[in-house]
Amino acid sequence: MSLLTFRGGIHPPSSKEKSKNSKIKRITPPDFIYLYLSQHTGIPSKPLLEKGEEVKIGQEVAKASGKLSVGLHSPVNGVYMGTVMHPHPLGGKKEAIKIKLNEENREPFKETKRDKITDLTKQKLINIIKDKGIVGMGGAAFPTYFKLQVPSSKKIKDLIINGIECEPYLTSDYRLMMEKPEEIMKGVDVIRKIIKPENVWIAIESNKLDAFDIMKNTSSLFPWAKFVVLRTKYPQGSEKQLIDAITGRKVPEGGLPFDVGAYVQNIGTSFAIYEAVYLNKPLFERIVTVTGNLRHQSNFLVPIGTPFEHLIKLTEGPIGKISKIINGGPLMGIAQSHIDSCVAKGTSGIVVQNEKECLEKKTGPCIRCGACVNCCPMKLLPTELYKYIESDKLDKAKKMGVLSCMECGSCSYACPANIPLTQQFKIAKNRITKKGK
Amino acid sequence: MLRISPAPHISSKVSTPKIMWNVVIALMPALIYAIHIFGERVILLTLLSILSAMGSEYIFQKLTKREILISDGSAVITGILLSFNISPNSPWWMPAVGSAFAVFVVKQIFGGIGYNIFNPALAGRAFLTASWPSLMAGNWAAPTSGTLSGLQSQALDGISQATPLTLLKVNPTESIAQSLNSTYMLKALFFGKVGGCIGETSALLLLIGASYLFIRKYADWKISLGYIGSVFVFSGILYYIGQTPVIPLFHILSGGVMLGGLFMATDMVTSPVTVKGRWVFGIAGGIICVLIRVWGGYPEGVSYSILIMNMFVPLLDKISEKAIFGR
Repeated sequence: MSLLTFRGGIHPPSSKEKSKNSKIKRITPPDFIYLYLSQHTGIPSKPLLEKGEEVKIGQEVAKASGKLSVGLHSPVNGVYMGTVMHPHPLGGKKEAIKIKLNEENREPFKETKRDKITDLTKQKLINIIKDKGIVGMGGAAFPTYFKLQVPSSKKIKDLIINGIECEPYLTSDYRLMMEKPEEIMKGVDVIRKIIKPENVWIAIESNKLDAFDIMKNTSSLFPWAKFVVLRTKYPQGSEKQLIDAITGRKVPEGGLPFDVGAYVQNIGTSFAIYEAVYLNKPLFERIVTVTGNLRHQSNFLVPIGTPFEHLIKLTEGPIGKISKIINGGPLMGIAQSHIDSCVAKGTSGIVVQNEKECLEKKTGPCIRCGACVNCCPMKLLPTELYKYIESDKLDKAKKMGVLSCMECGSCSYACPANIPLTQQFKIAKNRITKKGK
Repeated sequence: MLRISPAPHISSKVSTPKIMWNVVIALMPALIYAIHIFGERVILLTLLSILSAMGSEYIFQKLTKREILISDGSAVITGILLSFNISPNSPWWMPAVGSAFAVFVVKQIFGGIGYNIFNPALAGRAFLTASWPSLMAGNWAAPTSGTLSGLQSQALDGISQATPLTLLKVNPTESIAQSLNSTYMLKALFFGKVGGCIGETSALLLLIGASYLFIRKYADWKISLGYIGSVFVFSGILYYIGQTPVIPLFHILSGGVMLGGLFMATDMVTSPVTVKGRWVFGIAGGIICVLIRVWGGYPEGVSYSILIMNMFVPLLDKISEKAIFGR
């Protein structure tokens, strides 16, 4: 059977077996929670409380500020300790709200159930999604309410729900699909009501056929949904590649999905939308796969703001010594300088590597094998780009499309000479965009 | 202390030495068979060739104070391929001189692995042909074992002195062409029972070795199919219009078409990186080969056809740049 896919890509070991059977488990919260004011794309949230004030679980502790921003909600009952500078999973130290856990008050969040959403207008739905602090849960953490406001000039033909999860190791979306299919689909229904697409696609990779079956079993309740299996390949879950695979339409260079009538939202976000709309629950906890070189790889339901160290301890610790902690998957994730970096809204997983796994391999000369050219999902010529960047010909690199590089890491992964291609493109892109300003 | 580095944090297990040593493995069936049919002298010649290639690389890297990379397998490939390109009757110093030239001048002076423009073994062969033409062109041995019985009586009494291609060049008579086109001859060429260079003998064993590389993706079948396919099609056209007396099947099975098309044209360093570029590279190379064979001064055109195409690689990569996604 030939499955839908894009051209190019790589086949890294999936490494998902480690955590795929670990059911989602709510963890005991840490003693201290750190909520970064900036954990979404856009303007940082503004703190609302005074030092020493009591906070309740689900209470808004920082509000949206400006045009592109969302608020923050406390994941625990505790005491507001003011803001501190704390290591951020995307690098550096950032301002974060510190909350001390109230050991006595373990009362859970009170959900207000809603049976139907037919009485809610499009604008009302968008407002709920904004007020509950929903952002894209796949990693970029783009405020969802903003994305949902598709310009009226753009007609959305295809809504694609991204259940691909193509990064190795990660299983948080997989577990959600296995355990909460109906809830996810109700969230999708909300998106559907807002953007009114012609087609709704639920896209799942062929290595998760059990999740596919479970999701598809809901189709009697959601007859409008079309379930599709895509070939297992990295980066199948990348927005542009996914749209191409399903609709055959290519997002133009520098353009956005709605330019080709497509809209992509991931599984985790759909679930968060469900919780916001149907349970009146803000986004204050999320599923995080804690995996890699650990005794027990797990999928945890984690209060946002939980330090990585706390999560690693809950897995009964690493096997041997920890050499690297990655926020996200091993192909696009960010290596942490501190073990006390905390879970943000966009943290889908933590991968722990030992010494052996992150030995730096020696870079050799390019033997022109063409592996990078074959696998580049954006159809760039990585080896040629690299040569131009090395000789400081940034204009030429720009002409050859370096700005289209989405830093998926495929070329660096495939290179037999271990040339740091993606790494170099990251730097070059930065230099080009800075120069342009 | 946590280790910090930019993504990606994993990499494939394929490495340059792994690719190179796999090519060495892929050359083994043909080499072992060559030892079997031509005798132990093949071992001596090939070993000298490999030692000379590795030694030259070592000396160059030592002299220029570079990292010693002789264990990456690429010099070994050059050594084997060069010995594949000479007659089993060659004097012992010939492979040594050829490999030294190939590695020292063609590979290292241009910057070493990854930077050479020409396939080192082929350029080494061209160097030997230019320097000792008589030793390179007229010194053929008939296989000592597995000889096709009765081949001599097939109007091919020159077989111990000349390859079928030489025969065709110097004496293109009707009867020669007829026996070259016979199923008997074609089978002999396919299974490797006709004299020639050390490594050019058995098309079958070369195909087996190359298939291993294609399956493991250490060589691109598109170049090989382009090259051998275009030799077949172009020589077929010329046969049809009466410009060559031998059938296309003879053209692809004889001489170095298999060795060149499967192992020399696919040399990663000296072929294009783009898919389109690789097709053009292979197809144009095949056409040039037939042009040389049919109208050129040499009986064989494989090495020059690939060397000529080597020069066009940067251009081919340029004109066959892919359409960037969404542009």
